Amino acid sequence: MPYVDRIAEPWGTRTPYGPGEPWPVRVDSFLESGLRAQDVERWVQSATILHSNGDGLDIAVKDGRVVGVRGRAQDRVNHGRLGPKDLYGWQAANAPDRLVRPLVRENGRLVETDWDTAMERVAGRARRLLDEQGPSAIGFYTTGQLFLEEYYTLALIAHGGVGTNHLDGNTRLCTATAAAALKESFGCDGQPGSYTDVDHADVIALYGHNVAETQTVLWSRILDRLAGPNPPALVCVDPRETPVSRAAAVHLANRPGTNVALMNGLLHEILANGWIDERYVRDHVVGFEELEKRVRDFPVEKAARICDVPVDALREAARLIGTARRLLSTVLQGFYQAHQATAAAVQVNNVHLVRGMLGRPGCGVLQMNGQPTAQNTRECGADGDLPGFRNWSNDAHVRDLARVWNVDPMDIPHYAPPTHAMQMLRYAEEGSIRFLYVTGTNPAVSLPELVRIRSILGQERLFLVVQDIFLTETAQLADVVLPAATWAEKTGTFTNADRTVHLSEKAVEPPGEARPDLDIFLDFARRLDLRDKDGAPLVKWGDAEGAFEAWKECSRGRPCDYSGLSYARLRGSGGVQWPCDDEHPDGTERLYADGRFWSDPGHCEDYGRDLVTGAPLSDIEYKALNPDGKAIIKAAEYVPPHEEPDGDFPFWLTTGRTIYHFHTRTKTARAPQLQRAAPEPWVEMSPADAARLGFTEGDLLEVATARGAVRARLRVTSMRDGVIFLPFHYGYWDRPDGAGPGESPGRAANELTITQWDPASKQPVFKTAAARVSLVTASSGAPSQAPTTAASRPVSADVPATAGGADAQAEEVMR
Amino acid sequence: MKLDLVIRELHRSEGELAHLLLRMSERHKGDHETYHVARDLAGWCHDHVRELAEAGKEHGLDLDPSHDVSVAERLREKAAERLGRRSEPGLLLLADLRQLYLAASEVSLDWEMLAQAAQAAKQRDLLALTQRCHPQTLRQLRWANARLKESAPQALLS
Ligand code: SF4
Repeated sequence: MPYVDRIAEPWGTRTPYGPGEPWPVRVDSFLESGLRAQDVERWVQSATILHSNGDGLDIAVKDGRVVGVRGRAQDRVNHGRLGPKDLYGWQAANAPDRLVRPLVRENGRLVETDWDTAMERVAGRARRLLDEQGPSAIGFYTTGQLFLEEYYTLALIAHGGVGTNHLDGNTRLCTATAAAALKESFGCDGQPGSYTDVDHADVIALYGHNVAETQTVLWSRILDRLAGPNPPALVCVDPRETPVSRAAAVHLANRPGTNVALMNGLLHEILANGWIDERYVRDHVVGFEELEKRVRDFPVEKAARICDVPVDALREAARLIGTARRLLSTVLQGFYQAHQATAAAVQVNNVHLVRGMLGRPGCGVLQMNGQPTAQNTRECGADGDLPGFRNWSNDAHVRDLARVWNVDPMDIPHYAPPTHAMQMLRYAEEGSIRFLYVTGTNPAVSLPELVRIRSILGQERLFLVVQDIFLTETAQLADVVLPAATWAEKTGTFTNADRTVHLSEKAVEPPGEARPDLDIFLDFARRLDLRDKDGAPLVKWGDAEGAFEAWKECSRGRPCDYSGLSYARLRGSGGVQWPCDDEHPDGTERLYADGRFWSDPGHCEDYGRDLVTGAPLSDIEYKALNPDGKAIIKAAEYVPPHEEPDGDFPFWLTTGRTIYHFHTRTKTARAPQLQRAAPEPWVEMSPADAARLGFTEGDLLEVATARGAVRARLRVTSMRDGVIFLPFHYGYWDRPDGAGPGESPGRAANELTITQWDPASKQPVFKTAAARVSLVTASSGAPSQAPTTAASRPVSADVPATAGGADAQAEEVMR
Repeated sequence: MKLDLVIRELHRSEGELAHLLLRMSERHKGDHETYHVARDLAGWCHDHVRELAEAGKEHGLDLDPSHDVSVAERLREKAAERLGRRSEPGLLLLADLRQLYLAASEVSLDWEMLAQAAQAAKQRDLLALTQRCHPQTLRQLRWANARLKESAPQALLS
């Protein structure tokens, strides 16, 4: 059997294929050392959870423990492949420091208690605040890692039962712009494209999307196309050099904060050359004139100057995109977490609309997301939307939801858009939110400007509940900590970035007294005695399958229709893409194949927003656009970033991920192979900047902004000059002080980031801040410990290559 | 013709609106969306003031092309930061948004008057100016309105 060190070779062995051919199967697996496939007692169906790709896998069980994973050959997403985080990351659930009992704060310290005591404190405080102040006192901050059934139950409890408008998740940091851009362009959320578009595309444009590290198996698919006959040409927009940019025909390393200028320039060139499908525009699109007007005064020369990229490269990118016959575009954090996020992401949709490239094989847009179940927060309404992509400002939609829930429409807050996460934090800061229930996420490391976040979450007057599987930085600030079960310890469904629904079955028991998030929510609802309008219990299900069945009804007739699915249908399947209903019993590969969109004013999820001010449009303004089944072209003026480098802070700071870690490392740092591959933070800088400042590889540097400072060792990479990069995964839980930097220098990138968000999508800006860099101690010759395999590849040949060693050998079986 | 009267008035009211936006931005530093968006929107007023000064020359006016920022500078105060932790900032924000909405409405009406008159007088350049600027005033107005709607429930019910 062929074994491969998948730390050293994250994308594994190539299986080349040509356009339109099936992607070959390659089954990857990794088992606890000493075990072989025949030792496994049971294989339990699931999918991957440390990114959004949604790769089908089976969980290996022996003696009641998870002992490994194997990719599912028949799954439509991965054809058997797994990425490094999936191969090794499952070990985290077996870590000895899992939370196994509820904790409550007594005299300033967290102490163990029983479930009844902990839940009574939670429900008791909620009840008291409801009496005292009403639902405006209560906020829920959830995640992109629970299951669909859990989000839907939480949405019902928060919106239909407690009646608060304050329910959002950390998907706000991640997928909010994807959703916003889809709503602006197509009237409704819903991924138009499919991963299978990779099989057909002749040009793939990746906008701020380092897919090699964010969705490794999707990158394997692209690499296999690149290795086969008639490969696609790649266009990459990213200020860093990445595996994607190295493989690209054109790499545009634009100045941070200039994505809208770049897109305006590209679209100017596309329009000027007549690379448009006039018929498609006439029949299926409104707003083309608006685009013409916006890009008229944006010739490529001007765009190139603002973006500081070679004008010929910009022209060449426009030519590739403009003359592609099957164009696939993907977008991620380089756009979503950057200045003017929604305006830039919408321009990518516009490229496809003017070129008439949607709904056919190879012609797709993938407005990506980062977390495994981010898509479900959007559908189920746990992310600042209403369930089933219903429109909060359409009374008929609210009435319909009230019918499904059997509550009075007035009980569902819809006086304003559901409160977004950053605004919830602001309300907590002001003291009007006094109860915050955090599930499965770690805002004390992941939100911008951590000094501020710690001081908000640490307030005496805020009652903080944290439900998680480890004692995170956030949990350490909590009043009550509830130990949750994780993946493999509970059953549920989730949906990836290309609408593929997977069932994830319970394989083992949770440790100690830990409980599935769903059970905890149900308990909370019971204790609050939430009722429907006939006095019956509000939540009418007691298990995951019951929640799924209820969700099917809620989604029926909506774009994200699950009514044709069931656990039985998903069991043994290779994933099904919604909508799946009577009309599409096998699911739907591509949306909008017929050029009809969900934009009719009576159907649409959103009337859209002003892309610069963020003000929502009214139904009257929306109707005046006359969208009625057509897609909507919107364009915004370029506005310079709010914080730009200057004398004191001469660098652009951007933050991001590495291939080996997920979020705040709560799981991946507990998988030894992953932790060793990227054990500590680093700071990236270009060779020219390093030489100018006299820094060399491995120097310990201090990076500071107006908000704070962190220390990290220097990795010199082929980065854009004037830009520095920090990975955001590293917090404090595995350092002595635990919850924050304490007396020692900080290391979380978010000590430095700015509190600012895109007015339209409300997604925080993590990609542009002004920073300065100084030397703390010169390196003794040792390089930084940044991985050498991906974007942090060193320019120096002397740095030893990242490798996983003997205990990282994973099996690959080609079929 | 009394077009110069309207131009002068607009020049003044746009300057005032810029001032209100900047004051709002400074006062609500702790409310980050207000802080940043209000500054962007003040930028539009500055553009309008410059364009109006240019257009004013044709009508015998000598208007200052730049809005006097020193007034706003003087307003830089730590107050917003200090207020950050009390519950009044919500109410202060409502009051400011309300005032902003009214001021922007006045500017909008002035642009409408100017547009009508420019059209009647067949002054193409002036008409084009109103078509460039007035939509932005309307967006400022909608922003104030939307922020007010979003913020009122929490500020008034807590
Ligand atoms: S790491 Fe980034 S992409 Fe992934 S979930 Fe978090 S915010 Fe989203």
